[in-house]
Amino acid sequence: MSNDTVLVLVVITALAFDFTNGFHDTGNAMATSIATGALPPRIAVAISGVLNFVGAFLSLTVAATIASGLVSTGKVTLTVVAAGLAGGIIWNLVTWLFGIPSSSSHALIGGVIGSTFAAAGGSAVLWHGLVSKVVLPAVLSPIIAALVAACGTWLLYRITRSLTDGARKHGFRIGQIGSACVVSLAHGTNDAQKTMGVITLALIVNGTVAKGSGAPVWVITCCALAIATGTYLGGWRVIRTLGKGLVEIESPQGMAAESASAAVILLSSTFGYSLSTTHVATGSIIGTGLGKKGADVRWSVAGRMATAWVFTLPSAAIVGAIAYGIAYGIGGTFGVIIDLIILAALSGFIFWRSRATKVDHNNVNAEWAGGVAPPAEVPEKAAA
Amino acid sequence: MSWINLTALWKIIVFGLIAGAGLPALFAGGLYTLSWGPRTARTAGADGGADSDVVVGGNVAGMVLAAIAFLVVLAAIGWSIYEIYTLGHPATTTAKK
Repeated sequence: MSNDTVLVLVVITALAFDFTNGFHDTGNAMATSIATGALPPRIAVAISGVLNFVGAFLSLTVAATIASGLVSTGKVTLTVVAAGLAGGIIWNLVTWLFGIPSSSSHALIGGVIGSTFAAAGGSAVLWHGLVSKVVLPAVLSPIIAALVAACGTWLLYRITRSLTDGARKHGFRIGQIGSACVVSLAHGTNDAQKTMGVITLALIVNGTVAKGSGAPVWVITCCALAIATGTYLGGWRVIRTLGKGLVEIESPQGMAAESASAAVILLSSTFGYSLSTTHVATGSIIGTGLGKKGADVRWSVAGRMATAWVFTLPSAAIVGAIAYGIAYGIGGTFGVIIDLIILAALSGFIFWRSRATKVDHNNVNAEWAGGVAPPAEVPEKAAA
Repeated sequence: MSWINLTALWKIIVFGLIAGAGLPALFAGGLYTLSWGPRTARTAGADGGADSDVVVGGNVAGMVLAAIAFLVVLAAIGWSIYEIYTLGHPATTTAKK
């Protein structure tokens, strides 16, 4: 009976993760549209939310990878899954606070691997699956996305060079709306599946569904709802970094970036790679900076992001392992409950901290002055 | 068990370039032919100045070509989403491993 209590807690935590996944990643799809003014900020996040919901139903290939390809399911317990999710959520919230578009997928995978490692040792982690399905795609995908986006950007400016600046801006803003929608759809397809995968893993562990089964319909629906709600609330801090921080973006570049992201995410998703939409979107945006003469990529911002990416898997893994330690030390259902109380308290604290340097739909496009928080509001952080 | 699936990699790069750079380029081509005609000429007076945001030039052939380009882009997106849907639901398509 107590196992079912833990299962319910795990599902709730997983949906909470999915929610943070949504608002952490709204920027992947919508940052460039918001930055170029193609869509008003609040409409952009609403459209993105709806399309994430739809996208979650589109494909189920990645969910299977997470559920069975990364850890040996026989060694995993519900406590392990709960601790892993806690690791993912904490890392997502911390990076969001700093406005760093880090990978939600890596946060989740890192958390689960950390807690599995703590619980059952290194042999329970499928290292080959981890490297070939997660680490290598993470390194390659931003490079491919940057390549595609740079080619796209160059072509778009080349083909439309006879148009006036005004006409070009106008035309591509319309195109951008379309491409941003496809990215949102792709995000729902790719990212909602990761949580589906984790919940399915929990259900398999608990014996609720048979080993090797796919995600049940109620799981898909709940995940779709959670990610859509998160997306709608909009992670304005990350949107700001992606849209304003990396490159000053014009509408043709926005369309090129979004098309490249959509293509790479959807293609990889089809092959069952749970790659990070964040890495792809960032690669694409950098690519548009490389593809246009005279555009500046702010490599210092890009470098800070890349550092965060490297740390995401291990950091989330450490948090996951600690969370498992706490739950195991206390033991049983109560241990998991204590874990989740600590998680909720930390989340509340991070949210409270974020209020001090608020970024929302009003100031998301303010001039970039070196930091996430627009200078008018917190002058002391401008130099950070 | 190999570390890297080269088949998947080149497919992602090639199809990524076709869809991710080719389709927006086609859209750009549509914008270009759409701009043919008197109303977007840079030298024209009233609404054709350098800062004009008029996109439609008024040339009929240009508009038809643009419409074709835009339709092809839309069709390609629709078709890919359909493909992904069928691939992603192995239960309904027995062909998947």
